Amino acid sequence: MPQLNSDGRTLINFILNGKPASGYAEPRMLLTDFLRQVVGLSEIHVGCEHGICGACTIKIDGEPARSCLTFAIQIEGRRIDTVQSLLGPKGELNDLQAAFRKHHSLQCGYCTTGILMSTTAFLEKNANPNEEEIRDMLSGHICRCTGYVGMVRAIKEVVKNRNAKNKVPA
Amino acid sequence: MKPCKFEYHRPSTLEEALEILARHSEDARILAGGQSLVPMMNFRLVQPKMLLDINGIKSLSYIRSERDYIEVGATTTQAQLLDWPQLAATSPLLAKALPHVGHFQTRSRGTVCGSVAHSDPSSELPLCLAVLGGSVILRSKSGTREVGVADFQLGLLLTARRYDEMVTAVRFPVRQPGAGYAFDEMAERKGDLAVCAVAAKVTDRAIRLGVSGVAEKATVRDWNDLPDSGLDDALNQFAWDLEASDDIHGTAIYRRQLVRRLGRRVILEARQCRN
Repeated sequence: MPQLNSDGRTLINFILNGKPASGYAEPRMLLTDFLRQVVGLSEIHVGCEHGICGACTIKIDGEPARSCLTFAIQIEGRRIDTVQSLLGPKGELNDLQAAFRKHHSLQCGYCTTGILMSTTAFLEKNANPNEEEIRDMLSGHICRCTGYVGMVRAIKEVVKNRNAKNKVPA
Repeated sequence: MKPCKFEYHRPSTLEEALEILARHSEDARILAGGQSLVPMMNFRLVQPKMLLDINGIKSLSYIRSERDYIEVGATTTQAQLLDWPQLAATSPLLAKALPHVGHFQTRSRGTVCGSVAHSDPSSELPLCLAVLGGSVILRSKSGTREVGVADFQLGLLLTARRYDEMVTAVRFPVRQPGAGYAFDEMAERKGDLAVCAVAAKVTDRAIRLGVSGVAEKATVRDWNDLPDSGLDDALNQFAWDLEASDDIHGTAIYRRQLVRRLGRRVILEARQCRN
């Protein structure tokens, strides 16, 4: 049974974007700070630190999660995916990222990493969402630049293209 | 905004957890999904000396369908209940209310029991529990008790849970044949805490309306044999009885109007949904 006193630093082993990773954290360390400062991932964006803005959203064991509402000690043995998991083998953008670029779905980019991870998890659960469902999912994020219209367009295009690709020829 | 220091325990059995709770009592807070507790810790509104993480207790994650009720275990997430294939057939009210609970990104971690145990006066699940007349299972080292919702929800973030007890499950009564259910809410963004949320259960003679976001806790009113001509007056009386107050999200006048308008809307919708 893991039990840690408040100053005790413990080694946390987890899977980061498909590869084993580890780092030390004390119990009070938020997963956002752990991933940024200990593991060194600059794509973890810290916004509101109380779960409202969505900038820090990642996937934990495939499920979307606010990393600011998770403690680093909770991810022992878990699978963490950040926006880097979307890149292809040569570092190329995946279809969702490319669609975001094409449709001007970002301006400053601060909210984008979280939104990409949210959308990835969302499309894994629901491969054929309508616009209302897409907007409902995006309501879990705050973007102050774009007005969301470009994101909705990009996601709709990705849905259309993925479904066309997956269609079994008659 | 970072939480204060705390000691951390992650037991793998319920017995161990209850033992730890008995030892630490009011210094401890229970961490399930953390979607309400961790923001409060980040703001330092709560500063527990010890955090009891119950996510290692496998036996607490379940949805069990009984003849009269659905029992949801302490670590079952809101997303798991929403995705449960039998939900719409066994509890139409929960099926309608759950999409309003937080966001897609928080329902994946936020738990059903955690929401009930937190007892935020604006939240949806305590409201559903109140309207359905459900109950809460509380366990401690010294025993188990089942507490009805009216005795469990005491006020603003206040419940009948003792410090050495854990909410191990919540029971929602299944749909009553011949009854219709409806839910609606007004929030600044979809998924935010409600300025006013309403839930209705309507049978051939009885109307039950629950309101959250206005009083200090989810509040329920029953009317029997209420003629349609009396509905507006009844809703107006209920709206005033809730003693709404002004805050940054809305005035008392606005909240009373929401009770009247949303209340009417869900009662009519519930009536249409009967059978």
